Amino acid sequence: MDTYTIFVVVIMVVAGLTVAIGTIGPARAQGQSIVSALDAIARQPDSADRISRTLFVGLAMIESLAIYCLVIALILLFANPFGKFFGH
Amino acid sequence: MGARGIFPDVVLRRGAVVVTGTVLYSLIVSVILIVFALLVRRGLKRGGSGWPVAAEFLIEHLEGIMQEMSDSDPRSYTPLVGTMALFIGISNLLGLAPGMRSPTADFSTTAALAVLVFLAVPFYGIRTRGVRGYLSHYAEPSPFLLPLEIVTEFSRTLALAVRLFGNVMSEELIIAVLLMIAGLLIPVPLMLLAVLTGVVQAYIFAVLTVVYVSAAVRAHSS
Repeated sequence: MDTYTIFVVVIMVVAGLTVAIGTIGPARAQGQSIVSALDAIARQPDSADRISRTLFVGLAMIESLAIYCLVIALILLFANPFGKFFGH
Repeated sequence: MGARGIFPDVVLRRGAVVVTGTVLYSLIVSVILIVFALLVRRGLKRGGSGWPVAAEFLIEHLEGIMQEMSDSDPRSYTPLVGTMALFIGISNLLGLAPGMRSPTADFSTTAALAVLVFLAVPFYGIRTRGVRGYLSHYAEPSPFLLPLEIVTEFSRTLALAVRLFGNVMSEELIIAVLLMIAGLLIPVPLMLLAVLTGVVQAYIFAVLTVVYVSAAVRAHSS
């Protein structure tokens, strides 16, 4: 294997791991926040509107963490700035 | 497929002038919005129902959301937030039309929108509180937090841009990959999901704009 092959293999493994590991935290956090929101709605159905509105914003904030990982993985795969060191 | 997922395709190349699909599709979105506005105006002149009622419903709904999010009078920046929400919403949905791609699936578009929010915050802040009043809120709890406040200002702009780009682009990429490995009509459920995420992302962007702008405007009244 020449160095470029090793480079590509490492990138593919790291990109997969980035998404796999990076989604663990956001998944837990989103589950937690939905559980709390459902709890709150069950207790006070009147304020369901406001709670779900805040929930959506919070979920988007949390989801962006996972999206960052995805963007990093895609940059590694498709727009890797270090490919030029190997003449590609 | 290669890099198609994250880079816009070039539709016209003449010498040094390169027109990407993003430009074309954002023009299409603008045309859709302008036609909608013209229909509303024509409807208003006739004093009839139809388009004006739809527009009124949209704006009233938007103002209700803004009122609830900001706890202050959001009238002055309704145009900004409303334009953002409509443009992003239609952009996200445009990607579902055959042969089209969302302008927001290109980082340039989302970065431009985020920079707009970044500039709108000091604009509205200074307009309501004056230069001194606006700048003083950076040193509000304690002057030691000043670097943190400045970093926040930049990082949340980056987060706005990357969040919208990542969501829309990944949705399109998933549909493209599924189309490639599974075939026609298989990605339809995912496209239904994309309708939901597209609208939710436009909503999120608008709400975050309201939150950021109103935070710069509000401290004044408290």
